[in-house]
Amino acid sequence: MAVKGPDIAGKRLDKAAYAANFADLHPPLTEHEALVESDRCFFCHDAPCQTACPTSIDIPLFIREINTGHPKSAAKTIFDQNILGGMCARVCPTETLCEEACVRETSEGKPVKIGQLQRYATDAAMETNAHPYVRAMASGRKVAVVGAGPAGLACAHRLSLRGHDVTIFEARKRPGGLNEFGIAAYKSVNNFAQREVDFVLGIGGIAIETGKSLGKGLTLDKLQKDFDAVFLGIGLQGVNDLGIKNDDAEGIEDAVDYIAELRQASDLSKLKIGRRVLVIGGGMTAVDAAVQSKLLGAEDVTILYRRGAAQMKASSYEQELAQTRGVVIKHWVAPKKVVLKGGKAAGLICDYMAEKKGKLVATGETCEFPADMIFKAIGQTYIDTLNGALALEGGRIKVDGERRTSLKAVWAGGDCAAGGKDLTVAAVDDGRRAAESIHAYLSA
Amino acid sequence: MADLRSNFVGIKSPNPFWLASAPPTDKEYNVVRAFKAGWGGVVWKTLGEEGPPIVNVNGPRYGAIHGADRRLLGLNNIELITDRPLEVNLQEIKKVKREWPDRAVVVSLMVPCEEEPWKKILKRVEETEADGVELNFGCPHGMSERGMGSAVGQVPEYIEMVARWCKQHTRMPVIVKLTPNITDIRYPARAALRGGADAVSLINTISSIVSVDLDNFAPVPTIDGKGSHGGYCGPAVKPIALNMVAEIARDRETAGLPISAIGGVTTWRDAAEFMSMSAGTVQVCTAAMTYGFRIVEEMKSGLSRWMDEKGYSSIEDFRGRAVPNVTDWQYLNLNYVAKAQINQDLCIKCGRCYAACEDTSHQAIFKEKGGKRHFEVNDAECVACNLCVEVCPVESCITMVRMEDGTDPRTGRVINPVPANWTMHPNNPMAKVAAE
Repeated sequence: MAVKGPDIAGKRLDKAAYAANFADLHPPLTEHEALVESDRCFFCHDAPCQTACPTSIDIPLFIREINTGHPKSAAKTIFDQNILGGMCARVCPTETLCEEACVRETSEGKPVKIGQLQRYATDAAMETNAHPYVRAMASGRKVAVVGAGPAGLACAHRLSLRGHDVTIFEARKRPGGLNEFGIAAYKSVNNFAQREVDFVLGIGGIAIETGKSLGKGLTLDKLQKDFDAVFLGIGLQGVNDLGIKNDDAEGIEDAVDYIAELRQASDLSKLKIGRRVLVIGGGMTAVDAAVQSKLLGAEDVTILYRRGAAQMKASSYEQELAQTRGVVIKHWVAPKKVVLKGGKAAGLICDYMAEKKGKLVATGETCEFPADMIFKAIGQTYIDTLNGALALEGGRIKVDGERRTSLKAVWAGGDCAAGGKDLTVAAVDDGRRAAESIHAYLSA
Repeated sequence: MADLRSNFVGIKSPNPFWLASAPPTDKEYNVVRAFKAGWGGVVWKTLGEEGPPIVNVNGPRYGAIHGADRRLLGLNNIELITDRPLEVNLQEIKKVKREWPDRAVVVSLMVPCEEEPWKKILKRVEETEADGVELNFGCPHGMSERGMGSAVGQVPEYIEMVARWCKQHTRMPVIVKLTPNITDIRYPARAALRGGADAVSLINTISSIVSVDLDNFAPVPTIDGKGSHGGYCGPAVKPIALNMVAEIARDRETAGLPISAIGGVTTWRDAAEFMSMSAGTVQVCTAAMTYGFRIVEEMKSGLSRWMDEKGYSSIEDFRGRAVPNVTDWQYLNLNYVAKAQINQDLCIKCGRCYAACEDTSHQAIFKEKGGKRHFEVNDAECVACNLCVEVCPVESCITMVRMEDGTDPRTGRVINPVPANWTMHPNNPMAKVAAE
């Protein structure tokens, strides 16, 4: 029997398989495991792990606090630098940050499990439902934060801590940003992103207005008039196109949208996935989309990346994660043409690529990959909804070391700001730094 | 294959590993299992005088200090001497000795400090045909409150007196077990020797409180809200035991007095160290209580392999070899100069050496080179204290290297190959004038 059109369907697995596939990637450490693991830390001088952490968490100290029986003190040490330490413990590419710098990695190739210890500590603190901070005396100043993602939340929390009242404007129906909509489900189970938002808001003094974004009910001018300062943590709204014909054909989807849909799905079996899936890209989003496709029951999932393994933005750990879950990573191939069948995407013809004199060029050879579903994960872009009100750099908002933009009393951070690392932890760092800068400005 | 046989004051055993007088040697069942596992001998858990048996607490008897992954480093106990009837113990001792004639069976004793009780119990023990007796002058808890154990061991005159009685009333070899809960171990050892003891064994446990339960503010182990000091043993006490053994071994009066060493022996290496400090046998308890009797296999094979590798065919070949090298501080060569050296290939750049040296020692480690994280010793400040070596997590990464010649950049003095110690040092007002 001839198959009519692409094979895209839900309910590919039984209920138990969905549950097992989307369970916690790393189950939490038990108390004994945490004690043994924390004992491995050497309490290095001027610790390389701390230097490698974008939020500069005092890692040796928090690990020692775990080891001496006070995980909640450890959590406080973490939160002092990174109020979203719980999520970062789950999603940070620790293998390229703190754990790569760990001297145990140097000595034995087995770094202290810093990420898992951080989760152990933050879980212990968040279980209590007691917010660990008390706000400073009310300053009477008001700050607008646009975007309830990691940058905005971190900024709002620090501002509230310093006594300022904060209103967060969020375009989506729920706060959390990429933590809520963009991270692979198995990295943030049990509704953790929302629980963390609740934890952050637990400090008080932060109001959230959803369904509002710049251009949709908000203008920068108005915000500047109504508030003493503005922080923009608006992320990236644009998705890069493949730049080939028919790249918007039915069956070709943006990976970020699909991941968002998956994260919000109450019943994963209702989510339709192709039998054969192609994911184009080499970053974390590509890996997240590919792995989750596989976990949803796709039979063949292939990541197509135009360069080699070393150039992939996804860490080698992430690549391995994909491969051990049955995803094939095909290097040195770039989409050349969308294969259409009845108007729907049915595959890709790709160029074989090579690097010649530092330039990426097509070799002239091609290959074809049949598919039922194709995801684009080739990066996102900043869309300037402010019509040039803020100076840009490399297509994103230009900021200085304190995350100040070219406009007075306007700060920006997270993915929308130039020079960022496109990491949750970097966004948190931006938010905290901007908040301290705003606080200094408001206190002057 | 090295010969591990031991002849300790006439008590023969196939190897020098004895189980110390303690719970593992309280009854026939355990001792037979120990012999099956390969132990060379046992010191039967201390017998008291005839009468109503000793009672023990019915709550926890042990407390401990743990290292990483709950590795037991130090154990403390408040258990008393045997709580089984004397007659039962004697019958079992007799039976075990008859069935295991090649193993050493020594009986530990503790009775009130009067001649009659000692005389009486020695006769009973002789009837068992045990190989010898060990006088328990050591236990620091419980029995000491009744004038026995360490209460005797802390008074050299009593030790001498009881040892003399025992030698008078028995043909068996008499080993006096010493308590470490004393200022200078040489005094009780000398007293034992004067009393005619054939040997000493040491150390018994150290008075200790391992921890305080911070919820109810009571010492651990806690019996209904209260705790009592116990006796500390296990790997943590080995350095203390080793020093005490060395003190006796090099004391002019007691040198040559046979020693059965006790205190944290956990591996063949611990045993070899005690033997190098003149011990004829070693007694083990905590290691067996932690890991079971089987550990003796490693102790025997390890000691044997080490002896083979070193070319020692019997224990006598190396026994006591370290004793002449134990000296007083005043005789250490002050002209010996060393400097720490960090092997850059092994260094993992944790910076612990730097933190230790910079914060607590001599500021003799650089932490940077060409703007990069790099740890290197500054010879101009290094006093060779060895702290960096001890805090470094990498084996052999930092070593002490002797300066054979040249000038010590720290003192500006030329290295003097001729040894000189404090007794001749110009800063010592008591210095002997060097010969012109």
